[in-house]
Amino acid sequence: MSNVLKKSGKEIHAAWARDLASNQAGTKGRISTNELDQQTSEFMQLLTAVSEHAKGADISGPDFKAIRDFLDGVSRSRVQQGFSSDETAMFIFSLKKPYFAALRSDAGKDADALADQIWKATELMDALGIHTVKAYQKSREEVINRQQREMLELSTPVVKLWDGILAIPMIGTLDSARTQVVMETLLQKVVETGAQIAILDITGVPTVDTLVAQHLLKTVTALRLMGAECIISGVRPQIAQTIVHLGVDLQGVVTKANLADALALALKRTGTSLKS
Amino acid sequence: MEHIPILRMGEFLLVSIQVDMHDQMALKLQDDLSNAIQKNASRGVLIDISTLEMVDSFIGRMVADISGMGRILGAETVLVGMQPAVAITLVELGLALPGVATALNVERGMALLRRKIDGVGSDADSITTG
Repeated sequence: MSNVLKKSGKEIHAAWARDLASNQAGTKGRISTNELDQQTSEFMQLLTAVSEHAKGADISGPDFKAIRDFLDGVSRSRVQQGFSSDETAMFIFSLKKPYFAALRSDAGKDADALADQIWKATELMDALGIHTVKAYQKSREEVINRQQREMLELSTPVVKLWDGILAIPMIGTLDSARTQVVMETLLQKVVETGAQIAILDITGVPTVDTLVAQHLLKTVTALRLMGAECIISGVRPQIAQTIVHLGVDLQGVVTKANLADALALALKRTGTSLKS
Repeated sequence: MEHIPILRMGEFLLVSIQVDMHDQMALKLQDDLSNAIQKNASRGVLIDISTLEMVDSFIGRMVADISGMGRILGAETVLVGMQPAVAITLVELGLALPGVATALNVERGMALLRRKIDGVGSDADSITTG
């Protein structure tokens, strides 16, 4: 196996690079020929080095660390460049054809040896290919997790409307995790600013079901326990209807149709008057 | 046994809970406080829990109980300085402490107590009705 790689590594590399370039014609622009060439030649080097003392197709050993790291890097850059998982996997799998061709010309007429060689090679290639896909998936999950975290942070700004009056404009569907974040940031802010009144604006919340209503009530109760008052604003007609139909009891929570009304009430409660 | 001191300030009693309470301590406080209210004929009790970082359902209920006892003995009770984490815990435990008046800090709590006792500013008292 290592002999073939050493002997006809150049030809294999050339054929592989050609295959890749033609396969990835549709993905032009995302990755340059130069970059691809660099990746293939580096991989060939690593493979040649590792095949000298590699026995089976177990790529979890320390021998394969360099090649694993390299594939991780390739997968990560593929994710960033917007390649799909099959396109990423093809990077390795397209090596099979030129590699097997080289093995065949090397083995000559010895069919048994050829079959043996090809089996070994295919085992290794598959393991490497699967590793690539795994790394690809891991990178994708990282991206998704990061985006989720960013969304949580983005969607919960607490704004100070007036002295002692905070507002939190909520946007998007409220689930348990988000409500928890909203609750924590809001309560923390109440402690920091010493605000007496917090306005929860739900204009941007598309639907309110029993669960969301329950989350809102929890926030209101927690605020009350800390000694701050809570007004829910931005209740749209649709939502008001849903709440009544669902039979949700808002337990004497003050609700207003829009933020302006809520602010007016909050100002009145804090004893501030505005001259028009 | 260690106990939580109850300070008298005119017609008010001040209780500041600065250690993590265990159940025995909480029961003793309940006992001491109801006696002190009667002895001093206090009209208001202010409980500061701003340094309390952990609560369980027992302590939560005890706070509600103290408030109820105070009312029966003719003293208004205000709970001040609850930490966010404590508030969230109580809500998750389903202890909304209905009927317990709350305020953000001691200053606001005192103002609320005065208003309650003077019987004015019923608008501002609406926090307590939840």
